[in-house]
Amino acid sequence: MNIQAQPEGLESCVVACWSCKGPASPRALFCSVCNAVQPPRAVDHFQRLGLLPGFEIDLAQLERHYFGLQRKLHPDRFAGRTGCEKLYSQQQATQLNEAYETLKDPMRRAVYLLKLAGRAADADPKGTVSDPALLMESMEAREALAEAETSAEAGAVLIRAEADIASGIADLAQAFAERRLDQAEKLVLRLKYLSRLAEEARAHKARLARSAGE
Amino acid sequence: MSELLFDIHEPGQTPLPHAGDAIAVGIDLGTTNSVVAVAREGKPEVLRDEKGQALIPSVVAYGADGTVTVGAQARLQILDRPQDVISSVKRLMGRGLADVKRIAGQLPFTVDGDEQAGMVRIKIGGRSLTPVEISADILMAVKARAETVLGKTVKQAVVTVPAYFDDAARTATKDAARLAGLEVLRLVNEPTAAALAYGLDEGAEGLYAVYDLGGGTFDISLLRMEKGVFQVKATGGDAALGGDDFDHRVAERFLAERGFQTLTADAVSQVLVTARVAKECLTGREAGDWMLDLDGRLSHHALTRPELEAMIAPLIDRTIAIAKTVLADAGVTPEQVKGVVLVGGSTRIPLVRAKVAAFFGQPPLADINPDEVVAVGAALQAEALTRGSDTLLLDVTPLSLGLETMGGIVEKIIPRNSPIPTAMAQEFTTYQDGQAAMRIHVVQGEREMVDQCRSLARFDLMGIPPMAAGAARIRVTFTVDADGLLTVAALETTTGTEQQVSVKPSYGLTEDEMAEMLRASLAHAKDDMAARLLAEARVEANRSILAVGAALGVDADLLSPPERAQIDQAIARLDAACRETDRQAILDATQALEGETKAFAERRMDRGIRTALAGMSVESLEKVAEPVKPGA
Ligand SMILES: Nc1ncnc2c1ncn2[C@@H]1O[C@H](COP(=O)(O)OP(=O)(O)OP(=O)(O)O)[C@@H](O)[C@H]1O
Ligand SMILES: [Mg+2]
Ligand SMILES: [Zn+2]
Repeated sequence: MNIQAQPEGLESCVVACWSCKGPASPRALFCSVCNAVQPPRAVDHFQRLGLLPGFEIDLAQLERHYFGLQRKLHPDRFAGRTGCEKLYSQQQATQLNEAYETLKDPMRRAVYLLKLAGRAADADPKGTVSDPALLMESMEAREALAEAETSAEAGAVLIRAEADIASGIADLAQAFAERRLDQAEKLVLRLKYLSRLAEEARAHKARLARSAGE
Repeated sequence: MSELLFDIHEPGQTPLPHAGDAIAVGIDLGTTNSVVAVAREGKPEVLRDEKGQALIPSVVAYGADGTVTVGAQARLQILDRPQDVISSVKRLMGRGLADVKRIAGQLPFTVDGDEQAGMVRIKIGGRSLTPVEISADILMAVKARAETVLGKTVKQAVVTVPAYFDDAARTATKDAARLAGLEVLRLVNEPTAAALAYGLDEGAEGLYAVYDLGGGTFDISLLRMEKGVFQVKATGGDAALGGDDFDHRVAERFLAERGFQTLTADAVSQVLVTARVAKECLTGREAGDWMLDLDGRLSHHALTRPELEAMIAPLIDRTIAIAKTVLADAGVTPEQVKGVVLVGGSTRIPLVRAKVAAFFGQPPLADINPDEVVAVGAALQAEALTRGSDTLLLDVTPLSLGLETMGGIVEKIIPRNSPIPTAMAQEFTTYQDGQAAMRIHVVQGEREMVDQCRSLARFDLMGIPPMAAGAARIRVTFTVDADGLLTVAALETTTGTEQQVSVKPSYGLTEDEMAEMLRASLAHAKDDMAARLLAEARVEANRSILAVGAALGVDADLLSPPERAQIDQAIARLDAACRETDRQAILDATQALEGETKAFAERRMDRGIRTALAGMSVESLEKVAEPVKPGA
């Protein structure tokens, strides 16, 4: 998050360990000489969790790496240590959490990949829709939801939205595989709208169920 | 796996410096009862009194002569001198005067109305005390219990809090422990602690729900337990819903049966005690009769279990509705939950069990002792933190954290159920030309409007240089640590002059008040603080010695014999200083060692860079830099 990018060049292959002051690899989590935990470096989420960048990731591997790293870096491992070690461990664990949360969710992963590719796929979930086809689709779905009078009817909108999300994610995987980033960007926008719709449908359904005393 | 940038192997144990034979305990500081336990080599033990009692009632009696009695003894006095006895104080932790006034009618204590701002005070036994001080008295008794049973002084503890406790209540709990002379190693959420105790014991794997209904709070957490990792997926609850509320329903009925009558606080205490007895009896029996003797008038009250159930069903339904939201948040259906663990005394109520079973479609697991499991988990975590462990707790924030924006709307910065520790930032800008200050109002809660959320802190970022409206960039960063405690920092980023303010919201208690209380309550508070600072200096010195030793191990050839001798001497001096108790001497010797090794460090860096330049280097450095066991 707040980490400054490391300057290119020598500093990017040798940094000084804060504890023993000797040379350390910028990628090391612990100093190879004195074992001190190091502050997190500016690497992307994939590198941080030891994964190859891409939309298709092995979720089991993601989890394994995340747990493995948290086991070593979580503040619970540094309870009796110096202030510096506690701070770096907290920062490391924070970065791991952010990377994990971003990568485990297909939508957030897609947005992040587009960002890595220099595209500002609007991260704002409230972003307005400008694609006319999507606009049309969105209006129709909203209408259907507004007209839903039973929780079953709202449920139908929800099921539709969820199915569309699933197929959208499959399309997204393909777009990334074929490196069609424009297409991926479009799909991300559509998925954003769909997940918002699904959320509203879920809330509406719960409301209807409650008022019907179900 | 060659594409990996580092290999991931399990770390070994993390032996900590100066672990010595100090022992850290786990404390469940409950609304009704507190429990203390200790774990040694993974074996937890609940610490009991001579009579074998584990539960220490969270009740404090303040005598006119200045004596403070806690626990069963204090509880016995509720009926005799209710004006001097206080219970359920946990319900007031982190609460402001307004909150307390709102629920004051139902509380068996008198709120000190003189106090205008800051933390509420309660009139009790002729004194005026804050909930933090009263909780500290309970914790002191808990600490004394542990010390008596263990025959050692206890200075460190893991203290549990309801998962749904907000930042103010968490901070208040930590302050109470400090006041009681305990260093809080970690605040752990009660359901998470319970899951730790349960999971380790039963070797549970998969998705589990922990349903914790105690005296004053309700929590529900959904966790994944797997190979020593306890990952909380989502949590929810109500910090003001528990057995106490059931007691109130029963009490109201009894009072209605007596006909209208204004009651003294003393009488309220008595009715509540009877109501509670009745409620607990009806767990095992179908019906019963109770008697009230208030202000010289006797009345009889019959109550059946179905009647009790009709009164409390709406409250239990509320817990089920909350459970529903938690599962929805985690995207999980009840069928996916492998087991439901019951925690808290109120889960003994048959209707609670029935409703939980119906919702999850399976009978809950009740083979554990619901009163002790939280303390056991806390004890296991205390050992893990001080002696190292293979298990890992990954918890989340229970409530969203945000800022007030224009129109009183909340902008969420950290959404609820985010794994902690976490840090998130958001940029804001000024809305007036030349605006020099920005008010920052930190709130916690799920609602969209500020006045429906809990206000945690307000502060001003000053000294914003004059700019057109919308030109300033103010970056507000929220950091939540592993205890679930929040720090907020604001920074104007467009100008070189970086103004930074950090706020640790704490409800009412300022550092000064805290210091004052410490002075007042603990004669040896000063010694305690000094001891802590000394311990910190030693830990730091120890790190320094180990780091220099490790460096000498690889690069000693960079030093001439006289240089080496100098360093060795500096190490020896620091080592000697550490054996003494003069903190300043340790700090000076640490500084001296740093100075003595400066040139050595520079040469090591030179060598490192030269190696890197030599080509092959990057790779070899990388290899060297693979993570080794921390602390090995
Ligand atoms: N047999 C029983 N039947 C009904 N309720 C019971 C029974 N035994 C205990 N309780 C209730 O359980 C509550 C106390 O439970 P517990 O000791 O778990 O709470 P606590 O840990 O002090 O509170 P909290 O966790 O909310 O801070 C009280 O309200 C008590 O009346
Ligand atoms: Mg409890
Ligand atoms: Zn080092």
